[in-house]
Amino acid sequence: MSITSIKTGATGISAALDNNFMEPIVTTLLTTSTATVTFSAIPQGYKHLQIRWLARDNYASDASDAIIRFNSDSSSSYTWHQIVGDGSSATSYASTSQTSMRAGIVAGSTAGTNVFAVTVLDLLDYANTFKNKTVRNLAGYDKNGAGQVALNSGSWMNTGAITQIDISPRVGTTFSQYSRFSLYGIRG
Amino acid sequence: MAKTATYALITSQTLGSATSTLTLDSIPATYTDLKLVISATASSTAHHIFFRLNSDSSSNYSWTNVGGDGSTPGSSRLSTQPEGRLTYAAAVRTGAPTQVEANFMDYANTTTYKTVISRNGRASDGVEATVNLWRKTPEAINSIYLFTTGPSFAAGSTFELYGIEAGNAA
Repeated sequence: MSITSIKTGATGISAALDNNFMEPIVTTLLTTSTATVTFSAIPQGYKHLQIRWLARDNYASDASDAIIRFNSDSSSSYTWHQIVGDGSSATSYASTSQTSMRAGIVAGSTAGTNVFAVTVLDLLDYANTFKNKTVRNLAGYDKNGAGQVALNSGSWMNTGAITQIDISPRVGTTFSQYSRFSLYGIRG
Repeated sequence: MAKTATYALITSQTLGSATSTLTLDSIPATYTDLKLVISATASSTAHHIFFRLNSDSSSNYSWTNVGGDGSTPGSSRLSTQPEGRLTYAAAVRTGAPTQVEANFMDYANTTTYKTVISRNGRASDGVEATVNLWRKTPEAINSIYLFTTGPSFAAGSTFELYGIEAGNAA
């Protein structure tokens, strides 16, 4: 079996190490309020995807979460679980057969100036047409006296390869200026 | 042109002897996020891992944490602190290492306060996630000072800092 390095074009067994890396695909940096961030025409050549975001929205509270849909599917195909800490207690939530997946954390308009929530979200085996799709994320925000940190997992009960991801505020109506959403492909 | 591989190693340090402090400095501003990966044991007494950014020791740090110790989930918080914190439920001890992954998001921007999201765990101690906020007037992070409150990291503890560059604008 011949292995060719994606990075250098060299061949050989050692080239296999060159083919396991994380590649930036695209970034959306909001210059104005935006209702939905969409990653479309997602290349199918990776093993997994990762989304890293720094986000704030217009919800009149400290924070909420985002909702995610795949391939414009708004049928009741999503499930999710979450454990979240607010500084005094840890609480767990779950929901099944939803029309979108709750994920991550988004800081709201009362979180304080310059405070954005962050999320690192992994989408595993996104192009595999034999599996339903699994998502996990780590997210949080802190505003010095209040905050939340959460671990989420979710599933899209659909074996279709993911070609589009739509991310929207769950409670607010628009993401705020300076929010950033970055999509990465992980080769393996 | 589309960007190619990221997740670049900026620095890797393996302790040759026990120490209670470690500085990762001269961090280039050319990436979007930083990721710090720690695998550490204690030389003797159990301790926790704290950090300061850009030598800032003013009360500009706060954090919120959630974790489980095998029997009880819990959440804690501290505000207006002179340092950030990466471990709370799962301490650094002798024997099995404590593993920490910390993401310093948008570390080079001068628009937002800096948020650090991390997860860590240690067998027989617990597993947890922590979010830290650094509220100094927004500036790019160019150094990370890691320290304990006295006890030392053991020789052999490893600290790796990676830079993750975001893709081109859509």
